[in-house]
Amino acid sequence: MRFNPEVGSPGPDGLPNEEQPKWRRDFPIDWPRDEYVGRRDFAKFMVLTSLAFAVGQVWIVVQNFFRSRSGAAPIRAIARVSDLPVGGWRLFNYPQTDHHAILVRLAEDRFVAYDQQCTHLLCPVVAQPERGRLHCPCHNGNFDLETGRVLSGPPPRPLARIRLEIRGGVLYATGVEERAA
Amino acid sequence: MTWSSRFARSQRSTIVSGILVIVLILVILQLWLLVATMNAYLGGRTGILVPAALVSIACLALNGGLLWYLHDLDH
Repeated sequence: MRFNPEVGSPGPDGLPNEEQPKWRRDFPIDWPRDEYVGRRDFAKFMVLTSLAFAVGQVWIVVQNFFRSRSGAAPIRAIARVSDLPVGGWRLFNYPQTDHHAILVRLAEDRFVAYDQQCTHLLCPVVAQPERGRLHCPCHNGNFDLETGRVLSGPPPRPLARIRLEIRGGVLYATGVEERAA
Repeated sequence: MTWSSRFARSQRSTIVSGILVIVLILVILQLWLLVATMNAYLGGRTGILVPAALVSIACLALNGGLLWYLHDLDH
């Protein structure tokens, strides 16, 4: 059935043309056709969105390929054991020189180190050894100081742990251990 | 016989609505997949990256096929 502009069609609210406001009666629109075109174009837009998501997935695979090719993290001296008192903490750069990490001395012979970026939105975390936690002030996230696991707040994953070794009174960072939730 | 003459307008409208629902479900699935994959990647779990990408590409292909059907419906 073809659209007759003299008769019009039921409006989008389902009421017949005679009960529509004057502006709709003056400019009759083929509403079923309009809805058809609208849904069709929305479906096209959603397929474009689907393309964007697929590209994002492929981008992650490519990123992972380049990350795995960059090789193992370097072994680097980060501090002397005597530099840090028990309960003290300091920042260092690892594995890249522009990447901040945090080193905490838990006991006489126990050190832990983590990536300083919060796993929520990458804010820098600060150590609070007296409360046994690492705190992210941006959104009030907290991580366990001994394990790096999430205690509270929005972070979805534990902090990346940095492996440590002590050789001749010097602390060395030997690698980064990414961890899933 | 073309698609447009095979189906009445109301039927085509129903078909488009059905296709739109399927496309929306697939896109939501892809969004969930992307978020889960990003989380796994940042957490160092890389084993699921390639299968997830393949599933997402399969969803895209399915969506593309539906779009093609939609195109045929109008021409």
